Amino acid sequence: MRLYESVLIARQDITAAQVETMADEFAEIITSAGGSIKKREYWGLRALAYRIKKNRKGHYVMFNLETGPEALKEYERIMGLNEDVLRFLNIRIEEVEEGPSIMMQVKTERPTRGGRDDRDDRDSGDRNVGKAESNDSADDEKSEG
Amino acid sequence: MTQLEIKREAVRKPFNRRRKACPFSGPNAPKIDYKDTKLLARYTSERGKIVPSRISAVSAKKQRELATAIKRSRFLALMPYVTA
Repeated sequence: MRLYESVLIARQDITAAQVETMADEFAEIITSAGGSIKKREYWGLRALAYRIKKNRKGHYVMFNLETGPEALKEYERIMGLNEDVLRFLNIRIEEVEEGPSIMMQVKTERPTRGGRDDRDDRDSGDRNVGKAESNDSADDEKSEG
Repeated sequence: MTQLEIKREAVRKPFNRRRKACPFSGPNAPKIDYKDTKLLARYTSERGKIVPSRISAVSAKKQRELATAIKRSRFLALMPYVTA
């Protein structure tokens, strides 16, 4: 048994409830094979960075799974056959992250889709340090070039 | 020993810039995660290209990690491959 992180993008035309039932079906594949769902997140209908099969938006669902390779293979096969799934990515992880992922944090901080500028000041302290450094590097680049 | 270092600091040439530390090394460095698009976006150019480590000062090890994270993020359409 190994830990995996799985993200899938569903078509924009289906409802959130349909996405949930679909995600339940996928979860069922894992649990019926003896695996378990460690974490499940619905990131909502997000705008895609580029069009996928003529869709501009997609429902994102993330799972953290503990399962064996056979069940995962089957899970991937079923998802590949499902036409409502635009894309999926399964990666191996070393440990399940505690608490909700960054995507959920962003969503809870600003429930309505606001501007981008109001995000910065609500960031954590250590993130700002990194930002200052990257700004420095940008300045360096200019002065050298 | 300390005196010697101070002296060297004083005669440092103006173009001899101090080597910057890697932003992902150190005690409270951010974790590289493909889901954290805001963080990753800082290491991509305006066109969406990955910024070389010689400019961003990211260590070789972390640059590899960063590159994978950006590529995963692109695959899931969280980040663009190209911005025209």
